[in-house]
Amino acid sequence: MPKDSGIGASPKRREDIRFLTGLGQYTDDISLTGETHAVFARSQVATGIIKSIDTSAAENMPGVLAVFTGDDFVDVGGNPAGWLINSRDGEPMKEPKRPVLAHGKVRHVGDAYAAVIAETAEQARDAAEAIEADIDEQPAVVDMKSALAGGALVHDEIGTNQCFDWGWIEDNRAATDAAIKSAPHVTTLELVNNRLVPNAMEPRASTGVFDPGTGDYTLYTTSQNPHLTRLLICAFVLGIPENKLRVVAPDVGGGFGSKIYHYGEEALVLSAAKKLGRPVRWTASRSESFLTDAHGRDHVTKIEIACEKDGTFLAFRTETMANVGAYLSNFSTATPTFLHGTLMAGNYTVPTLYVNVKAVFTNTAPVDAYRGAGRPEATYSLERAIDKCAQELGMDPLALRRKNFIKPDQFPYAAAAGLEYDTGNYHALVDKLEELADLSGFEARRAATKATGKLRGIGVNTYIEACGIAPSNLVGVLGSRVGLYDAATVRVNATGNISVMVGAHSHGQGHETAFPQVVADMLGIDEGSIDIVHGDTSKIPFGMGTYGSRSLAVCGSAVVRATEKIINKAKKIAAHMMEASEQDVEFSEGQFSIAGTDKSVGFGDVALKAYIPHNFPIEDIEPGLEETAFYDPANFTYPAGAYACEVEVDPDTGKVTIDRFTAVDDFGNVINPMIVTGQVHGGLAQGIGQALLENCTYDENGQILSASFMDYAMPRASDLPLYTVDHSCQTPCTHNPLGVKGCGEAGAIGSPPAVVNAVINALHSGGHTDVTHIDMPVSPARVWAAMNS
Amino acid sequence: MYDFSFVKPGTVADAVTALASEDAQALGGGQTLIPTMKQRLASPAKLVSLTGIADMQGVSQSGGVLSIGGATTHAAVSAQAGGFAGLAALAGGIGDPAVRNRGTIGGSLANNDPAACYPSAALATGATIVTNTREIAADDFFQGLFETALDEGEIITAVHMPIPEASNYQKFEQPASRFALVGVFVAKYASGVRVAVTGASEGGVFRWSEAEAALGANFSPDAVSGLSVAPGDMIEDLHGSKAYRAHLVKVMTSRAVAAAG
Repeated sequence: MPKDSGIGASPKRREDIRFLTGLGQYTDDISLTGETHAVFARSQVATGIIKSIDTSAAENMPGVLAVFTGDDFVDVGGNPAGWLINSRDGEPMKEPKRPVLAHGKVRHVGDAYAAVIAETAEQARDAAEAIEADIDEQPAVVDMKSALAGGALVHDEIGTNQCFDWGWIEDNRAATDAAIKSAPHVTTLELVNNRLVPNAMEPRASTGVFDPGTGDYTLYTTSQNPHLTRLLICAFVLGIPENKLRVVAPDVGGGFGSKIYHYGEEALVLSAAKKLGRPVRWTASRSESFLTDAHGRDHVTKIEIACEKDGTFLAFRTETMANVGAYLSNFSTATPTFLHGTLMAGNYTVPTLYVNVKAVFTNTAPVDAYRGAGRPEATYSLERAIDKCAQELGMDPLALRRKNFIKPDQFPYAAAAGLEYDTGNYHALVDKLEELADLSGFEARRAATKATGKLRGIGVNTYIEACGIAPSNLVGVLGSRVGLYDAATVRVNATGNISVMVGAHSHGQGHETAFPQVVADMLGIDEGSIDIVHGDTSKIPFGMGTYGSRSLAVCGSAVVRATEKIINKAKKIAAHMMEASEQDVEFSEGQFSIAGTDKSVGFGDVALKAYIPHNFPIEDIEPGLEETAFYDPANFTYPAGAYACEVEVDPDTGKVTIDRFTAVDDFGNVINPMIVTGQVHGGLAQGIGQALLENCTYDENGQILSASFMDYAMPRASDLPLYTVDHSCQTPCTHNPLGVKGCGEAGAIGSPPAVVNAVINALHSGGHTDVTHIDMPVSPARVWAAMNS
Repeated sequence: MYDFSFVKPGTVADAVTALASEDAQALGGGQTLIPTMKQRLASPAKLVSLTGIADMQGVSQSGGVLSIGGATTHAAVSAQAGGFAGLAALAGGIGDPAVRNRGTIGGSLANNDPAACYPSAALATGATIVTNTREIAADDFFQGLFETALDEGEIITAVHMPIPEASNYQKFEQPASRFALVGVFVAKYASGVRVAVTGASEGGVFRWSEAEAALGANFSPDAVSGLSVAPGDMIEDLHGSKAYRAHLVKVMTSRAVAAAG
C-alpha cells in the first residue's frame, strides 16, 4: 500500500501553492526603498576593438545617476573558471580574463561594455542608447574548425583559439588506436550536438545593496548556489570579505545550469550600489537571456566503435571539438571533459577507450553546463553510434547492447572511462522497457501506420550518468578548484517543530517537500512541522548548491547525518529525563523509551527540555537541539536507464511526430515518486526539444539568428507524447545513507538518441537505407532533405 | 518602449483625423506593433486604436459575400464566419488564443507579413479591401514583403470575400513561431479555382497560376502532382531551404484540395 507520508510517499509539492497563486518571491519581486535601475549597453557586433566610449551625453540624461565602463573595473579581478584542465602535453589550459565589463575589445554579440544606473529602468535604457561607443568591428571567429585553423583570435593575448587539447585516458591512446586498426569491424559516425539556449522561465535578475552604516553588502540574485556565487565574487572578482557579503537566491524560476554561474551583472550592481549608496537592480529582458545566459552543448564529434563481427565491443574512440564561446564560464572546462569523457564507456564492457576533446574559443556567448552537462553529449555520441553499428552488423540494436552490458554480478565495476560504477542492473532495465514499451507489438503498429501513408520507427537506447556531484577528493585530482560536498543544519525548536537549513537550492526540484519527508521518517514526526530554509548565505551552512542531480544524494545525505546527530543528542537528554543510562534508550516513531520498562518521553518533550534546561546536566550536555553536518560523497552515483521512442514520419513533409515514449530509470531509492516522475517528464521535454526543435545558430559574422522564440523552437505540450515513466528497477546507491542516485537530468540525457534512432529507423523502413544519420534538431526540413538528397 | 500618446476614437472619421498628425500609427490588435515597440524597433508618437470603432466590428453575409469589419478579431471571425468554413478554420488556427482574441483581420492585412495566414485567404477569394477612401482588389493590394497599396493614414474598414463553393487552408507551421512556413488557400468558384500561397515566397503572398489552371480543369489532389514550383523565388532561412518550401507548396495545395472536397 502506498505510504501517505515519509520516504516513498507522494505528498503534493507544498511550494506549488505559492508558485501557482502568484505568491512566490522572485528577485524581481523584491522592491527596496531608494532602489535604482541598471541597464547594460551591449555589443551589436561579434567582436571589435573598443576605440572609445563617450558617456557624456548619457550622463546628462534625465534621471541618470552613474555610468560605468570597463575602465571602472580594470583594478578588480576576472570571473574565473572553476576547473583546471591540462592539455595532453601537460600545459595548463588557456584562461583569458573575463572582466565585469568588456575592456579594450568586445567578444560576442551581447557582450556588455557599459552600464547606466538611473532612477527608472526606462531612463536607464534611454541613456544606454545615448552612449556613443566607437567599436571597430573585427573579423569574427564562429566555426570551431576555422577557429583552430588559425587566423583571427578571440583573445589576442593567448595567441590561439584553443583553450586545451585534452586526452582521456592518455595511457589508453595507443592501445585504443591499435584495437581500432586491427578490429574486424569499425563503425564511424560524425555528429553535432546542437547548441541550446537554456530559456529558464524567469530571466536572470540581480539587485545589489550596500549598507554604509555597517559596510555590509547584500546581493539578491537568481542563483542555483548562493555560497558559490559569494565565493566567486569575494575571492576572485571584487575582493569583498566573505563575511561582508550576504547572497540571497530567493524563489528562482528554473535554472537548468544557466544560474549556477557568476555573471558580470552581479558584480556591477554590487559595485554600483556601493558607489551610489542606494540599491541597484537589474532584470534581463528575454533578448538579453538569449544573448548572454550561458548556452549549452555545442560539440562536434567523430566517434568510432571497434567490435568483433558478433558485436563484442573492442574499443571506443571519440574526437570532439567543444565550443566554450568567448569566455570561460565557471564550469565550462569541466563539462566537455570530466562530465563527458569519463562517461564514454556507457553501460558497457569495453577493453579500452580514448577520448580527445579540444575546447575552442569563438565569438559566441559562453557555453557551460546545461541539464545533463557533458553526459548528454557522451550518451548521444555513443548510443547513436551503437545503433549505426547494429545496422551495419545486421543485429537487433537492443541485442547488441545486451551483449555488451556490464552484468549485474560485475558490480562494483571499474569502467573503461575511469569511473567505478557502484551498482546497477542494465538487463533488468531493458527487460522492463520491453514490457512497458510493448516492443513486441511494434510491427503491428508499424503496419497500421503504413496504411496511413506514414512511416513508423522505433529507437531505443540506454544511458549511464554520474550524479551526486561530487567526491571532493576525486574532483580535486581531476582539476576542480572547489570542493563539492554539501551541508545541512537541523534546528529543533523548543516547541518541537523543525527548521532545516540546507546548502542545496530549490528552483523547481521540490526540496521543500522532499527533504522534510526524510527528516520526518527519521524522527517519526509529522512532516508538516518541518520546514526547509535555503538560498540565503546568512541563514544556511556553506553548501555548494544545486546542479548535477546532487541535491538529494549529497545535501540529502548531509540532512541525514545532521538528523542522526539530533537523535543521538536527544537520546542523551531523554536518558537524563528518564533517569536511565543512555545506552538503554531506544528511539522509535517519535518516542524515546527504556526497553523492558514503561518509561517513555516524546520527541517534543525532549525538545522542550533542551531549551528550558531546568534540572539539566549542563556539565554533560549543552542546552539546545541543533546540529550541522557536512557530507562529502565517497563516489559519484550512477543512475541508468533504458528508453524507447516511437515516431511517425510524414514522408511528404518530413515532419516527425512522437507517438510513444517510454522511460525506465534506475534512480536507486526514491523519496517522493511523484516528484521524480515530474523531474523525468521535464527532462524528457528538454531532451526531445533538443532532438526535434531547439537550435541556437550564429551566422558567419557571429550574429545570432535564433535570438527570440520566433526562431528558437521551444518544445510545447503538443509536441510531446504522453510519457510512460517507470522507476521501479532500483539498485540503491551503495555509498550514501539514503541509497539515492539523483533524477534531475536523466530525461535530458537519455532521450535525444532514442528520438534520432527512431527517425532513422522509420526512414529505413521506407526504403531510405542510405540515410545513416541526421543531425539534431531533426526538423521537418532536415528529414525531408535527407530523404531527397 | 519609447513614450507615445494613445487615442481610441469611436468613428472612422475621428480615426482618420487622429492619424493625420505626425508619426501617428494605426493600432489594430497590436500583435505585431506592440512587441516591435517594446523592442524599441518602432517609435510612433501616437497610437490610434481602431478597436473602439463599432462600424469596423463583426461578420455579416449577403449575396454570397462575407463582409468582415476591419477591426474584427480572429476569434470573432472563427466564431462568426460559419458560412465560409474555410475562412473560419483559418482564423481559428492563427497563433494561439491570446493572439486570436486581440489580433484583427485589418491589422494582419495591412501589415502583410509574408508568413501571415490572412493574406492567402484574401488573395485566394479575390477579396475587396475596403478602406476609408476606396476599394482595392486583393490582386492589387499585396505588393511584396510588408508592402501594400495602402497610403499613409489609410484604414482598412472592411474586407469583402466572395464565398467559394469549396475551400480549405493548409498551413505547415514553422516550428518556432508557428507562423506559416508554407500556407496554401484553395478556393473553388463556378468561374474557376484560385490558389494563394503564403509563407513561401520572397515576394510575399502569391497566386500559383499553374495550379489554378490545373485545378480548374480537374479539382482533385492529383491535378497538381505533375506541377512544380520554381524554387528561385522561395524564402530560404533556418527553417527550410528554397527547394523544401517549393516542395511544400505542392504538398499543401494537394492537401487543401483534398480537404476542400
